[in-house]
Order: sequence, then C-alpha cells, then structure tokens
Amino acid sequence: MSEQTHKAVPYRTFILIWVALLTLTLTTVAVSRIDLGALNIWAALLIASLKSSLVIFVFMHLRQESKLFKLGLTAMLVILAVFIGLTFTDVLYR
Amino acid sequence: MTIEHRDDTGARFGMWLFLYTEVILFSGLFILYAISLSKFPEQFSAASHKLNIYFGTVNTLVLLTSSLTFALAVSAIQMGRKKQCLRFCWATIGLAVVFLINKYFEWSAEIAHGIYPGSETLAEMGPGITSFFNLYYLTTGLHGLHVLIGATLIAVVAVLTVKDRVTSDRYTLLENSALYWHLVDLVWIFVFPLYYLIL
Amino acid sequence: MSETTSRYGGFFQESPRPGILGWLLSTDHKRIGIMYLCCITTMFIVGVCLGLALRLELFAPGPTIMGAQTYNATFTVHGVIMIFLFIIPSIPAAFGNLLLPIMIGARDVSFPKLNLLSWYCYIAGAILAVFAIFSGGGAPDTGWTFYVPFSTQTTTNVNLAVMAAFMLGFSSILTGINFVTTIHRLRAKGMGWGRLPLFVWTLYSTAWIQVLATPMLAITLVLVLMERVLGAGLFDAAKGGDPILFQHLFWIYSHPAVYIMILPGMGVISEVIPTFARKPLFGYWAMALSSLAIAFAGSLVWAHHMYASGMSDFSIMIFSLLTFIVAIPSAIKIFNWVSTLYKGSIQLAPPMLFALSFLFLFAIGGLGGLALGAAASNIHLHDTTFVVGHFHYTMFGGTGFAFFAALHYWLPKFTGRMYKHKPAVIAWALMFVGFNVTYMAMQAVGIQGMPRRYYDYVPEFTTLNQVATVGSWVLALGLIIMFVNLWQGIRHGRPVGNNPWGGTTLEWQVPSPPPLENFGAEDPVVTKGPYDFKGVVADDY
Repeated sequence: MSEQTHKAVPYRTFILIWVALLTLTLTTVAVSRIDLGALNIWAALLIASLKSSLVIFVFMHLRQESKLFKLGLTAMLVILAVFIGLTFTDVLYR
Repeated sequence: MTIEHRDDTGARFGMWLFLYTEVILFSGLFILYAISLSKFPEQFSAASHKLNIYFGTVNTLVLLTSSLTFALAVSAIQMGRKKQCLRFCWATIGLAVVFLINKYFEWSAEIAHGIYPGSETLAEMGPGITSFFNLYYLTTGLHGLHVLIGATLIAVVAVLTVKDRVTSDRYTLLENSALYWHLVDLVWIFVFPLYYLIL
Repeated sequence: MSETTSRYGGFFQESPRPGILGWLLSTDHKRIGIMYLCCITTMFIVGVCLGLALRLELFAPGPTIMGAQTYNATFTVHGVIMIFLFIIPSIPAAFGNLLLPIMIGARDVSFPKLNLLSWYCYIAGAILAVFAIFSGGGAPDTGWTFYVPFSTQTTTNVNLAVMAAFMLGFSSILTGINFVTTIHRLRAKGMGWGRLPLFVWTLYSTAWIQVLATPMLAITLVLVLMERVLGAGLFDAAKGGDPILFQHLFWIYSHPAVYIMILPGMGVISEVIPTFARKPLFGYWAMALSSLAIAFAGSLVWAHHMYASGMSDFSIMIFSLLTFIVAIPSAIKIFNWVSTLYKGSIQLAPPMLFALSFLFLFAIGGLGGLALGAAASNIHLHDTTFVVGHFHYTMFGGTGFAFFAALHYWLPKFTGRMYKHKPAVIAWALMFVGFNVTYMAMQAVGIQGMPRRYYDYVPEFTTLNQVATVGSWVLALGLIIMFVNLWQGIRHGRPVGNNPWGGTTLEWQVPSPPPLENFGAEDPVVTKGPYDFKGVVADDY
C-alpha cells in the first residue's frame, strides 16, 4: 500500500519550523511583558495555538496524513471545546 | 498458522487516538486552571511572578529543540541513515534529562520557600495563590511524568534501532514514539505561557 | 461424553500454546472475548448478590440485616462493580471482542496485544476493587460517584477504589482505540460503511466515547487521590478549589459513559430484531447515524445530574434543553425497531423475547429520563429512589436485557451448542415480571419522596419497599434459571450448525465455534448488505 509510509521530510524544513517556534516563544515572552489587560491571556493562547499547529502539521506529519487523521483531530477539538464551553455556562453565570 | 499482518497507517492512527486521550487528560487540569483564573485574576498574576521565568523559558527552548531532534531522527531513519538517527535519539534523551534536571532545581527552590501542596506557607497566602500552585504542581508534575515516560520510550526505541529491529522500512515504533514526544512538547507549549507568563 | 472429544471445537481447540497459558497469553480476539465474558458474568453475579442484600435490608424500616455503615459500603461496592466491572465492559469488551472482527470480515482486531493488555488492566482493576473492600479503613462508602468533599475526607479505603476505577478506565480506553482503528482499517473487501452491521456502528460510536471521555474520569480520580494523599485541594473551597467542579469533571465522563453502556445494547437489539422478524432493519442509515448522534449529543448533557448542586440557573436551562435533544436519536431507534417488526414474520425465540422486553423497559426508562431531565420535576425527584429505578430501567432493563439477548443469540455460535428453549422462556418471564415489580415499586416510592442511599425509611414507605424486595426475589430466581440453563446448554446442549437462527451477518457464515483465524485461507468478500434475508434459512438443530 502506497499510503502506508510517508516520504521523508527534509532536515531543512524541520529546522526552519524550529526557528519559527523559537521566535514565537520569544515573542510570547515579550508580549507578556506588555500590559494588555485581559488581552494578554488571549495573545498567549493565540501564539501557543500557532506554535502547536506548527508542531502538529509538520513535526507530527499531519500534513502528510489522510483526511481521516484530520477529521479525528477535529472531532477531538470540537468535543474539547464543548467540555470547556459548557462548563463555563455554569461558572460564569453562577 | 498466523498470517503476518502489517498496517503502519493503522498503527499511527491508533497512536493518534491515544494522543487524543492524553490531550483530554491534560484538558481536565486546563479547565480547572481557566476557571480558577477567571475567579482569581490578581492572585494568579501575583503567584505567577513567584515562578522563575528563566527556568520556564529555558525549559521551553530545551523541549522545542528536543522535538526538533526527534523529528530529525524520524527523517533520518526514513532516509536509511541509521547512525544519524541514533545520534538524534541520544540528543533527544539528553535534552529530556536537561529538562528534568531544570525542573528538579525549580521545584526544589519553590519547595525550599515552603511552597508545595498542603503547606502552611501556601495556606497563609490565601485561596487564589494556593489554587495556582496546586494546579502548577499537578500540571507540571503530570507533564514531568510524561517527559520521563517519553524519554524511556525513546531509549527503548534507540536500542531497538541499534539491534536493527527498527529499520528504514519498518519504523512505526520510532514514528509513534515521536508522536508521543511531540505531544509532550505540545502540552508544554500551553503550560509555559499560562503558568509563567501571566502579567 | 465421547462425542465431545471427536467434535469440532473451533478456536477452543486451536491454540499456539497448550492449556491455561493458551488462554492467558492468547491474543485471539475470541479467546479474549470469552475471558472477558467469564469475568464479567462473575462480577455480575457478585453485584446481583449485593443488590439483593440491599433490597433485603430495605424490607422493613430500621436495621434489618445490616447497619448504616455496612449499607453505605454495600451500595458503593454494588455500584462500582455493576458500573465499572459489569456494564461498561459487558457488551463492548465481551461481545465486541467476540464479534467485531468476524462481523467486518477481519481475522483479528488491529492491535491484538493491546487487546490482551486491556484484559489485564481489567483484571488489575478488579483485584484493586476487591482489595479496596477488604483492606485499609474498610470498604468505601461514598457511592460509586465518589463525590467530594465526602470522598476526600472519609477514612474508608477510597484510594484503592479510585485506583481501581482508573485502571478500568485505562482498559476501556485501550478497547476503544482498538475498535476505532479496527473498524477503519480492517474491513473486508466490499464491506463498505453502508454494509456494516448495526452492532458494529454502535461499537464504533461507543469506542469514540471511550476514547474521548474516559480520560476525563482518569484525571478527576487522580485529583481526588492527590487531594487525599498530598492535600492538593483543587476541589476544596478553603484552598481556592470548587467541589462542584468535581461533579462537572466526573459527569463529563460519566454521562457519556451511560451511552458507552447503552449504545452497544442497542446494537445487539438491532441485530436480533431483524433476524427474528425476518425483515431487513428499517431505516439503516437513520439507525447508523443516530448511534453517532447519541454519542455526540450524549456528551453535551452531563450537568443534568447536577441541578440540585448549586450551579447557575443559566446552566440548568442549557443542560435541560440539551438533555431533551438526546431523546430524538433514541426515539428514532425505538421507532425504527418497531417499524422493523411491522408485518415481519416474528419468531418468539428466547433472544427475541429479551429484545422485545428491551424495547418495553428501555422506553419506560427513557421516559423517566425525560421527567428527570426537566429541571422543574428534577428538583422534586432528585436523589430519590425514582432516580435509582430510572437508571435500573435503562441500564438493567436496557443494557442488562440486551446482554441477556446477546448471550442467548450468540452463545450457540461461540460454543457450538444450543441451550434448551423452554427454561430460557420461563427464566425470561420471571425476570421480566420480577424486574418490573422491583423497579416500578422503587420509582413509585421515589415519587412519594423516599430518598436513595438510605438504609432506613419512614413506615409509610413499607408496603412499596416490600413489593420491590419480593420482586427482587422473583428477578433473582429468573436469573438463576437463566444462568443454569445457559451453563447446561454450553456443557451438554445439542450441537448447532453455522446458522441456527438464520442470521445474515458474517458471523453466521463461519462454523460454530469459529476457527482460530475466523475465515479459511481466503479473506471473505462482501457482496451484499447486512440484513438481506433473501434465501437465508436457519439450520436445524
């Protein structure tokens, strides 16, 4: 079966992604030192999500996987959002 | 009698499913974190300042780099470069150890200040800060446990690579441990800003 | 008997290892399924005995056969055993393992070794649960829900019980991962998604819940353990925690978990009803998709267990609404089963009797669920024995009866022998009557205001409690007859051919019991849907 294995990702790609990740880490530290109020936490989460998508799509080869893998991940994230969102319907309005 | 059956994609998919369970496991702690943060924003900020941002940043860089080295290990085995692959494996384990040593010093420093779950000092600081540090210890503790398991897994895979049980056309085990290792990194990507960087 | 030795024994005789090791180290899905079945049945019998003891204690007001503390421990252990050691693994782990690969035309599951590991996790969990009863500060007395703050403060052995539940959760996760992967990767040639038997669809939905919800239980239990051991008070208000959050996290798993329990049961019914109505299942896709819909909608409703906990009114409204949404896919299923029966050529064989009573009992349980899901009536019924009656209607009348239907339907397949039908019918009748007497009385006394989990009650409740207790004896008598009859059937029953019921799914095309690799040298090729009865006749036995 041809789908069983991926083509090797060249070292260069991984190193570039790594540089991007380091840059984003320093960015998040820098941003956190500026007082943006409640925006601080959202900025941190945004950068963290950006970093994790780099890790998921490139380091974890999700880019090369079939639709099934992407659907599975989406399902998990949707359920996670539901868990968090519905818990907050209680906590925020208590 | 048994017909040899091999399904690399299936094995990877199974690993992804396992990673979902890990994400949900950590998400329990993140939900509690989010709720406590919305309840005690000032106390969380004050507590966060007690953490050493340098330890946190260095550990982030260490873990990101270890993710790189292990991703490279997978590419190396795919291209049939066994020696390089092994070097990357050992580098990853080395970085994992650095991470854990760092963590050890960080935790010892805090425990020396009397900050640990159930301590008197913590109780005097009030519920907000107590809740921050309880979450901090449980989250980083669970994460540290995962680092330990991941490093052990990588060591096992490296030995199997030496013995040619993991080869350029049969490397699912290496790939799956890489997936696990990247997950450990992913969790830390969220732990770092949420615990160390609250202003 | 001399014929036993010469008879064909299928996977019972073929094993790479001899004797007991051939079972304990086997990665064959059928052997693992049989091992699960044995353990689960044992646990069920233990749980039933504890349940009977509880009913006996409630025969009269005041202490009858046990005191308050023993009663608390008994209902806790009854709950933990029945939930974690019986219902959750009952159909998915036992019958799922036995049937899933055969039904999709595979030789085994995707990860056979992991499958064996999950059985060992189950055993480890069972052993821990037993230790929890007999060691430390005595059997846990928190109820199976381990609610804080009591569970973090009681001196009884909650630590071990929590670890047991954790191990069992791990076992459940491994099974889930295995099944999802197997269904995606190992379907035989021609076995498209539209040709999967409904049982496989329900196992698929169940497996996703097992994967996505169980870890939440794991972390919750770990946090309870940490609070007990380290004093990390995430659920302790004095330490900035929140006890209601325990209930949220606990039910985020445990409500979807009731769908882990019921969905495979619905799958069994979807197999049994077409076979004995000799008609294709009505509305295949509606049935398949409603399984997924139940799995998803079931993840949105957990806080309907918490209306009286002090959570926000806004939340109560949202969860009440969402709870009613689950009724839609469940009703689709009930209606489609009834439509399948319509103008069918119905044969009242024992599996069918259990399946039909499933419809009846589950419908009652489901309607009671609506009374509990509505916030207003819930406040009145909260924590009364109405709730206990309701979930026994769904879990015992639903999953339990589906489990019995599965036993009567598939045991001949896997043992190659048929039990006697007449005692099976008598057992069914006794159980059906005993069941309704017990739990209907329980619901009635609950509406009158009898709280659950009390060993004592005011004299007004005596009559109904006595009715329930007498009902439990009838139920137990039925269970005894059923198990004895099945056991004798396994030992000395008449041998059956490939297809004693005239079923159409793949398992009926292989010998009974199936051989080690399920299908001969060639992999099966599927050319028709799962419920095509044209030309399919039952073998004589």
